[in-house]
Amino acid sequence: MQVPAPFEYERATSVEHAIGLLERLGDSARLVAGGHSLLPMMKLRLANFEYLIDINELHDELGYVQVGPDEIRIGALTRHRELLESEALAGAFPIFADAERVIADPVVRNRGTIGGSLCQADPSEDLSAVCTTLDASCVIQGSGGRRVVTMAEFHRGPYETAVGSGEILVEIRLPVRSNGSSAYEKVERRAGDWAVVSAGAAVWLDGGVIADARVGLAAVGPNTTGIPAISQALRGSPPSEEAYARAGAIAAESCSPSTDMRGSEEYKRHLANELTRRAVRRAVGRAQRSIDGKGV
Amino acid sequence: MQVSMTVNGQAVSEEIEGRMLLVHFLRDQLGLTGTHWGCDTSNCGTCVVWLDGEPVKSCTVLAAMAGGHEVRTVEGLEQDGELDPVQQGFMACHGLQCGFCTPGMLMTARALLDRNPSPTQEEIREAISGQICRCTGYATIVRSVQWAAAVQEAALADPGGSAAEPLRSAV
Repeated sequence: MQVPAPFEYERATSVEHAIGLLERLGDSARLVAGGHSLLPMMKLRLANFEYLIDINELHDELGYVQVGPDEIRIGALTRHRELLESEALAGAFPIFADAERVIADPVVRNRGTIGGSLCQADPSEDLSAVCTTLDASCVIQGSGGRRVVTMAEFHRGPYETAVGSGEILVEIRLPVRSNGSSAYEKVERRAGDWAVVSAGAAVWLDGGVIADARVGLAAVGPNTTGIPAISQALRGSPPSEEAYARAGAIAAESCSPSTDMRGSEEYKRHLANELTRRAVRRAVGRAQRSIDGKGV
Repeated sequence: MQVSMTVNGQAVSEEIEGRMLLVHFLRDQLGLTGTHWGCDTSNCGTCVVWLDGEPVKSCTVLAAMAGGHEVRTVEGLEQDGELDPVQQGFMACHGLQCGFCTPGMLMTARALLDRNPSPTQEEIREAISGQICRCTGYATIVRSVQWAAAVQEAALADPGGSAAEPLRSAV
């Protein structure tokens, strides 16, 4: 039987309450939301805490998808299922629905949250790649107020984030730019598994050329990897198979996968190349269709 | 710590350790052994119960997290001595062999039909994609859910009609 080592359970009833508990209990305490990464780690004694602070009661406060003119704001406790079912999110960023459909399974998605996924900071985690692709920023709250960090700043290393002692991730912000679209491609060994490799792409078109593009890869390095060289290579190019091939080649060269039970380094580089091409191609197709007014 | 919740409509309150998982609370504290305890890693799905109406894997939910909330287990599917249509479907279409995955399959199937009364085969397969049947009896599980959907729909369309008969007589 696998159970976590003994700990004291605390339940937060507001963001301020959670921060107060974190400040009082210090590093011996950890926030738990969906718990589908943390509890398995605690069962295996890969993580041990004296206190768990349950923040599920904050769902009313932190479970939302708010659509503004320039950005979409997602509350950190928004569950995977809610993200998958959000039409506003699917309309602005089809990459979300692409990714959510292949994150774990429907029952796990009822529980897991975007904030938990990002704070787990697993290098193979899909929403981290999505948020990197979309140039998201993360709002972190402590007793001194809120601060906003980029995804590059948020992920410090595997399983390490910019969220400090006495702080909680409260919101993810996604900038909305016109004439763009996005897509996510993942290869997994079986339904619901972590990615062998996955690639997210976002593109913006202007006058028939790619005005800007972003690619984020998961499972090919210590953290979700954004690859600025791809953005530079694609800017100003007309959408073409040559352009997608160039992006794929840069992805394969720029990532740093390691051989493990999910595949060899060579195979993962091959996937980084192929999935980047597919994601960029699909994002461009969607952007063209939405500009042509035919819908996504 | 003391934890209180509603399980299958009954208020319960028990003294537990903070680390107790919901699956063990249901089985060991309350004696509701219909919920099965399988892989312990949220992969197999035999421990699925409802938390506030949504299926969750109870091996990966703390009992304390369910405090103040409503839990429904496979024991709560039967209403007034009558098995739920999905239970009847599993009987009618041989939806179980060894029966180990069955409680989780039933709870997920019931939740699916509540949201989507006539799912396609693909939608059923997607809904149970986080659940493993080691007898590999997926074809009959899907058929069982389709049976339940069809019988339910017929019963709704014509409550007194013969299509509803299996619902009344299958038990």
